[in-house]
Amino acid sequence: MASNPHKRDYSITGPENQRAQERGLATAEWYTSPIPRQRLKELMKRKDGPAIRDTFIWFGSLALVGLIAYQTWGTWWAVPAFLVYGILYATPGDSRWHECGHGTAFKTPWMNEVIYQIASFMVLRSATPWRWSHARHHTDTIIVGRDPEIITERPPVWKILLMQIFHLYGGPVELKRVILHVFGRLDKQEREYIPASEYGKTFWEARVYAFVILGVIAACIYTGSILPAMFIFLPSFYGGAVVILFGITQHLGLHEDVLDHRLNTRTVYMNPIFRFLYWNMNYHTEHHMFPMVPYHALPQLHQEMKHDCPAASPSLWAALKEVVAALIKQKDNPAYVIERPLPDTARPYVYGIRQDGDEAAVTNGTAS
Amino acid sequence: MSIAQWVEACAAEEIEVEDVIRFDYGDRTFAIYRTENSKYYASDGYCTHEPVHLADGLVMGDVIECPKHNGRFDIPTGAAKRRPVCIALKTYPVKIEEGKVLIQID
Repeated sequence: MASNPHKRDYSITGPENQRAQERGLATAEWYTSPIPRQRLKELMKRKDGPAIRDTFIWFGSLALVGLIAYQTWGTWWAVPAFLVYGILYATPGDSRWHECGHGTAFKTPWMNEVIYQIASFMVLRSATPWRWSHARHHTDTIIVGRDPEIITERPPVWKILLMQIFHLYGGPVELKRVILHVFGRLDKQEREYIPASEYGKTFWEARVYAFVILGVIAACIYTGSILPAMFIFLPSFYGGAVVILFGITQHLGLHEDVLDHRLNTRTVYMNPIFRFLYWNMNYHTEHHMFPMVPYHALPQLHQEMKHDCPAASPSLWAALKEVVAALIKQKDNPAYVIERPLPDTARPYVYGIRQDGDEAAVTNGTAS
Repeated sequence: MSIAQWVEACAAEEIEVEDVIRFDYGDRTFAIYRTENSKYYASDGYCTHEPVHLADGLVMGDVIECPKHNGRFDIPTGAAKRRPVCIALKTYPVKIEEGKVLIQID
């Protein structure tokens, strides 16, 4: 069968990596919206209070719902109870992993690190490898061949997206990597972005993960029930639906291979409950442009830069509809992207590397 | 062998407490810091992880955080303090004379 001529190689060890470097898209300078330095300094200010409060609410809610789930075990009420437990386990697990990985959630460094390690296990992402994967994602956001965190390629692979509702694609990949790490090995892709100095840490973290997982399996065998795994480890899978719903709004349907986060990243307005679960990561354009601004200041940052950005999606539902419609179009036309007009107050989009006379910047809302 | 020289970077008052500014000299770029206790320091202007201007970063006490990946350096020594930063920053001697910040460049 002939291969699809439009299909690009999204692996970061393939030819697109070299191509991105030749085009000047790797480790390039990104556009930032104009915000007065003094105001940015205020927004970047770190605090422990909000994250401590939110962490108590999170773990307190998990304990309460976990108790209800435990008491309903063996009845049909356990289904909704564990569904809520799983969502409360995996969704904030994902956003706390993210924020604490940036080291911005808490002012105190060790607090970020403790929550980062716990949340990494909860969402089954090896702490050190994913720290480096995410650093690359911020360096080369949605640059094909460079960014290891592109959720799906163009045309989209629906099977992967659907499997991810229960973390059945990323989860097994990660477990395979954990096994490799336990035995002191890395896969080829990880070698692209993890420096050798971090290998030892990676291997020891994997051994701790393996110890905990084996402990949960032993508890299941001892009690003759999967109940222990329903509280630890399995929620990483059965609680993943909201993680993927939030995650696909971040970049999908937008441009690849550009150097302006307004073109490849989406900000979505969400209700307070979703914002608590997601720790304001719905302000995603703002986060990518200024990753030093902590989650609790992102709504204020949004106010400072919205005059320079396309309109935010009005709701999660609206964003999901837009994403799914774009993915359907990309099935037949992988080049399709959503074009979002900029307000009159905005600077033009920057599509590629800046050259003399800013040739790569073109007028508002027009395609490259 | 290059000879070290003192170069005027800026007025001392130009840098706020707990802040950093960029200083270009020839084809080189430096970051000049004023820390929490009003001491001045200087280092190379780019993060050692990737070429991002540290002058866009955040000074917290004696630490500078890189604006792109949140890597951190100890300002007085240049030591790497937080991943993804692994390599130390090169630092330069600084003195204040007649209200001016001078840095010694080799």
